[in-house]
Amino acid sequence: MRESKIYNWLKENLFSTWYNFLITLLILVIIFYSIPNLIEWAFIDSTFRGSTKQDCKGTGACWVFIKVWFEKFIYGFYPSDQIWRVNLVFISLLLVVSAAFFVKQKFKLYIILFLIFIFPVISLFILRGGVGLIYVETRVWGGLSLTFILTFFGIVISFPLGVLLALGRRSELPIFRYFSVMFIEFWRGVPLITVLFAAAVTFPLFLPANASVDKLLRIAIGIAIFESAYIAEVVRGGLQSLPKGQYEAAKSLGMGYWKMNFLIILPQAIKTVLPGITNTFIALFKDTPLILLVGLAELLGMVNLAKSNSYWLGMAVEGYVFTAIVFWFFCYLLSLYTQNLEKKFSTEKKS
Amino acid sequence: MNEPIIRLTTVNKWFGKFQVLKNINMQVNKGEKVIICGPSGSGKSTLIRCINRLEEHQEGTIIVDGIELNQNITNIDKIRGEVGMVFQQFNLFPHLTVLDNCALAPSWVRKLPKKRSEEVAMEYLSKVKIADQAKKFPGQLSGGQQQRAAIARALCMEPKIMLFDEPTSALDPEMIKEVLDVMIDLANGGMTMVVVSHEMGFAKTVADKIVFMDEGTIVESKKTKEFFENPENERTKLFLSQILR
Repeated sequence: MRESKIYNWLKENLFSTWYNFLITLLILVIIFYSIPNLIEWAFIDSTFRGSTKQDCKGTGACWVFIKVWFEKFIYGFYPSDQIWRVNLVFISLLLVVSAAFFVKQKFKLYIILFLIFIFPVISLFILRGGVGLIYVETRVWGGLSLTFILTFFGIVISFPLGVLLALGRRSELPIFRYFSVMFIEFWRGVPLITVLFAAAVTFPLFLPANASVDKLLRIAIGIAIFESAYIAEVVRGGLQSLPKGQYEAAKSLGMGYWKMNFLIILPQAIKTVLPGITNTFIALFKDTPLILLVGLAELLGMVNLAKSNSYWLGMAVEGYVFTAIVFWFFCYLLSLYTQNLEKKFSTEKKS
Repeated sequence: MNEPIIRLTTVNKWFGKFQVLKNINMQVNKGEKVIICGPSGSGKSTLIRCINRLEEHQEGTIIVDGIELNQNITNIDKIRGEVGMVFQQFNLFPHLTVLDNCALAPSWVRKLPKKRSEEVAMEYLSKVKIADQAKKFPGQLSGGQQQRAAIARALCMEPKIMLFDEPTSALDPEMIKEVLDVMIDLANGGMTMVVVSHEMGFAKTVADKIVFMDEGTIVESKKTKEFFENPENERTKLFLSQILR
C-alpha cells in the first residue's frame, strides 16, 4: 500500500512526461555529484578543534576560524569585558518582545510604544555608556549585534515614517501631498550607497564647526529614511486596495481623519501588504553590510577583516558560508513570524 | 412634531459638467419617514449622501439639526455622529468582530468607557436580533445579518436621523424581509428616517411621504397614500406601473 503510494507520487510529480523525466534525472546527477562533496567539505574533512590556522590539517573547512573569531563576528571590537552590556540589551529586547505574545491586547499597544520610544533610548545608554558605565565609542561597535541594531532602528523609524508618508501622499491637502511625493521619489531614486556616503562624509561638512552628530547615528538615520520611502509605497498600495465604502462608513460614524485611518483604514491596509512590508524589512536587514563602505563593520564586514588577517589568510569560504547561514536563519525567522501574523489576521475567510 | 430637522433649499450639485441634483427643495420633519425612489441615475443616492456631507453640494443650503452644511463647517464629524447611515454594500469593517464594529464609534467618538460602549452595542445587536453573532467577523455572516449589523452599528451612535441608501438592493430576496422588519421596528420607535428604496410594500407600511426623483429633480413629493392613489406626473405613473407590476 505504502509503496504504491510513493510510486504514484514519484510518477505524478517527477516522471510524468519525458521532459520532466529528463529534468529529474539531471537534478539527481547534480545532487549525486555535489552533495557528498559538500558534506565531506563541511563535516568529514573539516577541522573543529584547535585555536590557530595551523590546526587545520584536513582538506575540508576550517571551522576553527569561525570559533576563534566568533566573539568579533558577534560583537565587533566592543571591549570583551563590556560585552555583557550588549547581551543585556538583546536579551531584554527578546524578553519584551516575547512578553508581547502573552499579554492582553491592551498591553500590547504599551509594549509597542515602549519598544518604539523608550527602549532605543535605554539601550543606547547601556551600549554607549558614559554615566556610570565605561564609555564605548560607536566606532568600535560591530559584528552581528551592529546588524541587529541598524535593522531594529531602521524598522522602528522607517515603519511609522513610511505610514505617515503613505497617508501624506493620499492627503487632500496639496502641501502634504507634494511634500510626500517629493520625499518618496527622492529617496527611492538614489542608491543606498550614496545615502550612506552622504551621511558619513558629506553631511558633517554642512554642520557648524563645533557641532557633531555621531557617525553611526547619521548612518542609521540615513538607512531609516531611505527605507521609509519604500515602506510608504508598499503601504500606499494597501491603502489603494481598500474600497471607498470603508472610508465612507468610518466618516458616517463621525470619525475624523486620524481615527478613521488608525482604527479602520491602516489596520486593513497594513494587513494586506504585510508580505511586502516583510520583504522591505528583509531587504533592509540584508543591506546593512553596505556600511562596510563607510568604515563600519557589521557581520560581513568583520568576516572581511578576519579573512585578511595575516594569520588567517584563505578563510574566505568558511567566513562567507557562516555569514550566509546566519543571514538566512534570521531572514527566515522574520518570514516565519510574519506568515504567522498573516494567519492570525485573516478574518475574512468568506466574503 | 412639525419641526423640520433636515431642510434642503434650491440645492444644485455637479459631477464635473454633469448636473446630478437640480434645484432640490425638501424638508423632513422630526420623526418623519421619507422614502426616496426613482430610476437609477436619478440622483437619489447623491441626495442623501449630501445630508451627511459624504458628498458636497455646490449651490443652495442644507440645514441638518439646525446647522448649515457648508465649507466653513468645522464640526462635520459631530453632525455625522447625529446622522446614522446604512449603505447598500453594508460596509462593515471586516477586520473587527461584529461587536467591535458596533462598539468602536461609541467608545472612540462618543468617548464612552469601553465596557459601556460594548453594553450599548449588545443592546442594539439584540434589537436587530443578531446578539448571538456578536463575536463573529462580518465575513462569517449572511448578507441579511451583515446589513442588520450595519444598522445596529449606526444606531449605537444614538443618532437623531437615520439615512438608508438602498439597504436591501444587494440582498438575496429571502433576506430582504429580515432587514425590512428591523427597519419597520425602528420606524415604529419614532426615528426620523430618509430611505432610498424601491421596496414599495415597505414604503406603504412606514412612509409618511414619498419623493420621486428623475434626472436630478424631484418630480413628485406627496403623502404616501396620495402618491400611490393619485400620482400626477406621467413619469411617476410610468415608474409606478413598472415597479408595481
